[in-house]
Amino acid sequence: MRGQNAVLGAAGLAAFLALGEAVPRLGLVKEAYFPPTSRIAEAFWDEVADSAFWSALGDTLTGWALGLILASCAGIVAGVVISVVPYLRETTASTIEFLRPIPSVALIPLAVLLYGTELRSVLLLVVYASFWQVLIQVLYGVQDVDPVADETARSYGLGTWARIRHVLWPTALPYVMTGVRLAAAVALILAVTAELVIGAPGLGARIAVAQTSQAVPEMYALIVVTGLLGLLINVGARTVERRALAWHQSVRGEVAV
Amino acid sequence: MRLLFLRIAFVFALPAVLVAVWWVASDGSTDVYWPPLRTILETFPDVWTGDRLKDDVPPSVLRLTGGYALAAVVGVALGTVIGSYRRVRAVCEPVLEFLRAVPPPVLVPVIMLFAGIGDTMKVTVIASGCVWPILLNTVEGVRAVDPVMAETARSYGVTGVARLRHVVLPSASPQIFAGLRQALSIGIILMVISEMFAASNGLGFTIVQFQRSFAIPDMWTGILVLGLLGFLLSVVFQLVERRVLGWYHGLRASTRRSS
Repeated sequence: MRGQNAVLGAAGLAAFLALGEAVPRLGLVKEAYFPPTSRIAEAFWDEVADSAFWSALGDTLTGWALGLILASCAGIVAGVVISVVPYLRETTASTIEFLRPIPSVALIPLAVLLYGTELRSVLLLVVYASFWQVLIQVLYGVQDVDPVADETARSYGLGTWARIRHVLWPTALPYVMTGVRLAAAVALILAVTAELVIGAPGLGARIAVAQTSQAVPEMYALIVVTGLLGLLINVGARTVERRALAWHQSVRGEVAV
Repeated sequence: MRLLFLRIAFVFALPAVLVAVWWVASDGSTDVYWPPLRTILETFPDVWTGDRLKDDVPPSVLRLTGGYALAAVVGVALGTVIGSYRRVRAVCEPVLEFLRAVPPPVLVPVIMLFAGIGDTMKVTVIASGCVWPILLNTVEGVRAVDPVMAETARSYGVTGVARLRHVVLPSASPQIFAGLRQALSIGIILMVISEMFAASNGLGFTIVQFQRSFAIPDMWTGILVLGLLGFLLSVVFQLVERRVLGWYHGLRASTRRSS
């Protein structure tokens, strides 16, 4: 079953690539706008051989990773504090609901003015966008804490810190992981966007340059790279999630038996 | 009565404090980039009344609605087809996963090649970015239709459109709405970005224009307007969701109570 699915998937991918080759060759779309797959592949190899490409990739990944780490730490700390301190949740609810839907790209002009094309302007956007993903998940996760477990911990005289460590954190961890996984995808989108629009060094800026200089195959090749990067991040985040929660599932399994 | 008062206090206390802090902290600000809140609020009515409100807000909102609606229709339709057939799903999955992983804003330059810089480009950009979360969530939702319910419907002879309307779509709708919600924030991002790239009107265009001409308080008002728009859209979305999924939330609440 699994093997068959993999074969079908590979066939789908091959058909997709073949379609990309055939459509421009048959003249259905102008080749200048949509180069055939082989031309894109060629441009892709040229990029891989170019050291400037690797430094751009490094810049993008730096912005992504730093932003994600900052946003995750801030989101987790803020989420735990908000849910542990009495009344803080009620008072912050409206503000969070208001700030969360503000599109982070609204901050682009501000980032440009404050930091120009530095890494910091990328970070501003990435952190703002990913912070909410983590925070909301932490808040949901803490809400899920079993009241009996919490009361038990209280009656055994566990302090606030010990309760966070032994009751709240294990319950919230699966939610936190989901939050970080969502944030990882959002962080990549915002990192590339910031580079594309602001011109901070990275893959996005390279795409913008390729576009203005009419290097269409290179532009497509770079877009494919960002897609592969996104795919890699998704798969990686899922793996980390499964690893980090392996104990959790097993613990849950034992309790259920 | 007291309870209601308390609740209102909880809702408005922190925002009031934050605005007050911003007001006081920025009051004597001489930093060009952080103008006093007073100045921003004074500029606000000058900028966002009359022509600008008429020329820039409706085009942006229309583009967003158009692209979003297109993505919703295409996403749900394709997702239902792909989700209903196991083989089709297996063939499409890797390609869809890849297409979803491409950060949507990089599509702006590509679509500019095809569609120029007019409204078609913006609507296409928004639609092509929004369609993935809707499509993939629909696939998941359609796949997860309760097998007992599906079998029952089949044995009662409910097939075709009726089956789609009464069995498949309702049971997939919570998932579909999760996708629609993700798509909404992507849509706003793409609306702003496509206007920042090439446009002669719209919110994104205006804000970048302010920034380039160093009209800093005006730029701040633009950021506020975008924030308000994002907030407003998410409120509207919540209202619609609550109406459409009312039965589902009720069901969940009652099962939670009985368990």
